[in-house]
Amino acid sequence: MADVDDDLDLTTLEDDELVQQMHEDLYDGLADEIVEGTNILLERGWAPYKVLTEALVEGMRIVGIDFRDGILFVPEVLLAANSMKAGMAILRPLLAETGAPKLGSIVIGTVKGDIHDIGKNLVGMMLEGAGFDVFDIGINNDADSYLNALDEHRPDFLGMSALLTTTMPYMKVVIDTLKERGLRNDYMVLVGGAPLNEAFAKSVGADAYCRDAAVAVETAKAMVDEHRQQAGAAA
Amino acid sequence: MTLVRVHGWDAIEVQCLPADWHNRPSLIPGGVRRKIREARGAFEHIFVAYGDCGTGGALDEVLEDEGVARIDGPHCYQFFAGRDVFEALHEEEPGTFYLTDYLVRHFNTLIIKGLGIDRHPELEPVYFGNYRRLVWLAQAPDADLEERARAAAARLGLEFEMRHAGYGALQTLLAEAQQAAGEH
Repeated sequence: MADVDDDLDLTTLEDDELVQQMHEDLYDGLADEIVEGTNILLERGWAPYKVLTEALVEGMRIVGIDFRDGILFVPEVLLAANSMKAGMAILRPLLAETGAPKLGSIVIGTVKGDIHDIGKNLVGMMLEGAGFDVFDIGINNDADSYLNALDEHRPDFLGMSALLTTTMPYMKVVIDTLKERGLRNDYMVLVGGAPLNEAFAKSVGADAYCRDAAVAVETAKAMVDEHRQQAGAAA
Repeated sequence: MTLVRVHGWDAIEVQCLPADWHNRPSLIPGGVRRKIREARGAFEHIFVAYGDCGTGGALDEVLEDEGVARIDGPHCYQFFAGRDVFEALHEEEPGTFYLTDYLVRHFNTLIIKGLGIDRHPELEPVYFGNYRRLVWLAQAPDADLEERARAAAARLGLEFEMRHAGYGALQTLLAEAQQAAGEH
């Protein structure tokens, strides 16, 4: 996105220039620069939540758009994600201390028989950046594993991911198990993964299909808003 | 192409898309559509020897639109190995990374460079951290390929296993296409 300037001193930049530079550094996957920029903004008195949303999340949003449009590919997105993670590692404890706004919570994991977690990890990271509490239960989860995590964390959402056509039908097993136990209406279910589509999500009984991390965030936010409006109207 | 050459199936012409689209499946549906349209009128039958290949059903939408069939299966690993063998391998170890002869030959270009691991070694565990073994689904194995396949497994720190899969459903399909052409 930008020419790399090894001599650029981030401390000399005004806040808005620094944020712009951090967007470019995220795009270029420069984790050390993101750590430096994050620390500079914090030292200048920026609230951790402001650093997160304006510098990191907005930067990753741009990365997500260019990934969707075929300008960036998986390696570049992973490098950007690694950079964002480096920044979030600094911000996470500060966000907890400062009581940043929370939009909701999600238990997220890859389904049984599937060990692919790149997409799931990106979704988790972006949801966390957007203000969701994310309980990531990893890979190869059977229905009991999902249900145990739901019972433990009582989230708003259940997120399931699969990369294989052979493993994605297991999402229906989990959703059917929720129905059998009378728990289906307790959670909003989001599904995603390369071989999925809207029709599949509908057929397994999910609430929404999320084709990428940005869509997952938009969908979760919209569903939380709708849920709260409905709850308000019912009250 | 090897099958067509070895068997002398002169009624069949093979058109290829760029190999590195293996890592960029979003490009496949549009690329296949262009190839189909270029080939229309010049051939009696057009057939696509791609699996879904990570296009999330988008390739099948293009093919339905164009009225062209493809080989059955989600990816080349399954149509080389056969559904039952592939599913058994997966059941045995979900963390299995598969290579065909083609991917063994081009391992460095398509996997190491294609995934950016050569430039960014820190990405290797992101891609391969959950894998436990590498299975080479061999089409036409020889000592050189086996050595390369073993080296690929070692490079990724995975257990190595070889299965002689042959060309599976692809061979059957091309033989049928050649036979059908001969009958016209």
